[in-house]
Amino acid sequence: MSASVLYDAPGPKARVRNRIYAVAGTVAIVALLAVSVLRLSDKGHLDPAMWDIFNYAGIRQNIADALLATLKAFGLAAVGSLVLGVALAVARLSDKAPVRVLATGFIELFRSIPLLITIYAVWVAFLTDYSLWALAIGLSIYNGCVQAEVLRAGVNAVPKGQREAAYALGMTKTQVMTTVLMPQAVRAMLPTIISQLVVTLKDTSLGFVILYPELLYSARLIASNTQVNGQYPYVSTIVVFGAIYIALCLALSALATWIEKRGRRAKTGIAVPDAAAKEIVLIADAGQALGNNTGGPDGPGITKN
Amino acid sequence: MNVLLDHFPEFRDGFIGTVSITAVSSVIALVLGVLVAGFRVSPVPPLRFFGTLWVNLLRNTPLTLLFLVSFFVVPEIFFPGMSPFVLGALALGFYTSAFVAEAVRSGISTVPLGQAEAARSLGMTFSQTLRMIVLPQATRTVLPPLSSIFIALTKNSAIAGAFSVTELFGWTTLMSEQGYAIGPIFVWVAAAYLVVTFSISGIFRVLERRMEVAR
Amino acid sequence: MKLRKTAAVAVAVLALTATACGGKEGSAGDKPAVKPGDSSAPQLPKYIVATDVSLDSPTFKKAKERGKLIIGSKADQPYLGFEDQATKERSGFDVEIAKMIAAELGFTEDKIEWKTVDSKLRETAISTGQVDYYVGTYTINDKRKAQVGFAGPYYKAGADLLVRKDETAITGPETLKGKKVCSITGSTPLQEIKKPEYGAQTTELAKYSDCVQQLLTKQVDAVTTDDSILKGYAAANAGKLKVVGKPFTEEPYGIGMNKDDKVLRTKINDTLEKYVKDGTYKKIYEATLGLSGSAYVAPPAVNRY
Repeated sequence: MSASVLYDAPGPKARVRNRIYAVAGTVAIVALLAVSVLRLSDKGHLDPAMWDIFNYAGIRQNIADALLATLKAFGLAAVGSLVLGVALAVARLSDKAPVRVLATGFIELFRSIPLLITIYAVWVAFLTDYSLWALAIGLSIYNGCVQAEVLRAGVNAVPKGQREAAYALGMTKTQVMTTVLMPQAVRAMLPTIISQLVVTLKDTSLGFVILYPELLYSARLIASNTQVNGQYPYVSTIVVFGAIYIALCLALSALATWIEKRGRRAKTGIAVPDAAAKEIVLIADAGQALGNNTGGPDGPGITKN
Repeated sequence: MNVLLDHFPEFRDGFIGTVSITAVSSVIALVLGVLVAGFRVSPVPPLRFFGTLWVNLLRNTPLTLLFLVSFFVVPEIFFPGMSPFVLGALALGFYTSAFVAEAVRSGISTVPLGQAEAARSLGMTFSQTLRMIVLPQATRTVLPPLSSIFIALTKNSAIAGAFSVTELFGWTTLMSEQGYAIGPIFVWVAAAYLVVTFSISGIFRVLERRMEVAR
Repeated sequence: MKLRKTAAVAVAVLALTATACGGKEGSAGDKPAVKPGDSSAPQLPKYIVATDVSLDSPTFKKAKERGKLIIGSKADQPYLGFEDQATKERSGFDVEIAKMIAAELGFTEDKIEWKTVDSKLRETAISTGQVDYYVGTYTINDKRKAQVGFAGPYYKAGADLLVRKDETAITGPETLKGKKVCSITGSTPLQEIKKPEYGAQTTELAKYSDCVQQLLTKQVDAVTTDDSILKGYAAANAGKLKVVGKPFTEEPYGIGMNKDDKVLRTKINDTLEKYVKDGTYKKIYEATLGLSGSAYVAPPAVNRY
């Protein structure tokens, strides 16, 4: 841990103090949890019957359908955002000023507008009957802009000499971009790209606003259409669906970590300067995956020397 | 028929709503985030574990789900009767605190190794080292990422609009349901968000300049 | 990161349990308080399925050819237009009215295909022929008449207030000063309540069930919308909630269908008149919305325009 430089190996006094803190902290957290659990169980939310609803085939079928719907929207949005991302990145790096300006404007505009509003506008304006496509397109536009910035940074990080060498070999601009720059940019930025995909996956939950039957929409329907002991099972439904989301996101993040580790072992490709990569990720989305981008789970920094 | 002129009071309310929920949840996120970052680097294992759990849990949950939690689970446990604004600000603040914590933590690790060592050799404790040596310096590196985090927070506040908080997304749906074309609505709302996000990055740029040290 | 690996395993397990199904059959949660077969309970009428129906209506002919009648309805309004999430069975007042009409058109229950259509999408769903007809709290007004045809009205609803059973202070909209009132975003009764002369605090949520949950947990003091919807929730939460019973707007419900299909409209109007006269309509009311404790009111006269 990078933290270890911040304090000495604890001596006898410090150890006692740490132990006291540890106990106090644990007690505080456990007490908070206990109060929550107690209150919830007081109100009947932890009654076995509340959770039993997930043992019914019909409800499970519902969850499976919703999971599929979420993954479908995510799949479309992932492909869409990557394609759009590559296109916008290339356009922004173009030699032609109008193309460059247009791409920059597009990226800046849609990155500064809440995704929810983009999705809603696409839905109302064009695709009221096709909420899947409205959701996928809205997600693609926003995340495509972010991916474009990620890729652009990746392209810029390729050493200048490579580009010059490629031109010297007589390659055309397109060839240089597709065979020299892009592959390396994608490779270098893969962890960041996947982190952004995690964000995309989470954002599919915005589909409930445009009535797309994804996981969260179905969660709300289950919670509102089932009564247990005269109460609506909001708490159990939220916990179950929360677990599904967290599991999905962690699985995708795990993929990012794995790819990153593999990349590091191979020792090929270009190294992206830590600071640059961090900045991009932050621009990408509120620092999603700050911890698991460059430098691995321990974070970049002083422990490496 | 101009949407903005016809419904300017609502638009103004929405704009103020967006700004105020952003401000309130920024404060919550900042306080919690710094605290959790402190937990994550602290010498006390349970606190470290709690910090890691906090960050991983919140970062991997859709914000919409957090809103559901804060509207339907939290009132069952603590203080029933909180207003939607407070509940929304809590959800946004908690979500963003995980990102703030990560930014602060990586800021802490950019402070040169020797500084912490020097502080320790002067006999400073962990909290003294953090408070007097590391955090003030980390602030400088943390500012740019924090700026992006707060811009993201501004945009995320739109989700609060679907949960009874008066803000710009609420205005968008209201106007669209009253039959106005979505194009102009979208343009005006976009402009309003641009104003907010530009102000945030402006404020941070000023802060950065003031914190700059001649090296 | 051990956490991540665990999560990946959890995903696999969840996916398996979700898709492998199995689990219990039937409806999850509470069984209805009134069991069919109780001699004291109001019984749903049986509809006699007409044979050899022939109508010179394009909608009807298309349905006949298809062998199935597609009816649009809502899914999340208990005792009105409701879909059990475990069994996928539909029930409620609107659903029964729709079934009654289907029987008169010669379609048995297994020949009906239900389609959940949200309020915002009704006009497009009907005018593009995605549903043959639509029964679901569909207020007749002139703006809608330009796009769809309306049979009926079959029920005269009006905005009302739903409160907790022990509430005595709220007796009508004029008693709402300082009270918290919930409704869905942008709904008409809420716009009315928002007027300064009432002095109420308003909460706007995405779904009525969210409002009802907030009412049950005492986050709000009243819920406002059409009394039919409120009666449904009062019936589902019998003993906990009641409808104030002083409607302050008028919302005549119609059955939406293709604008130009006059023959079908006449047929449905005839059906409504016939079943109101022979008491079937009243039986439907008593077995559904009537369970809320609100007394039966004869429907308004059919309007043949």
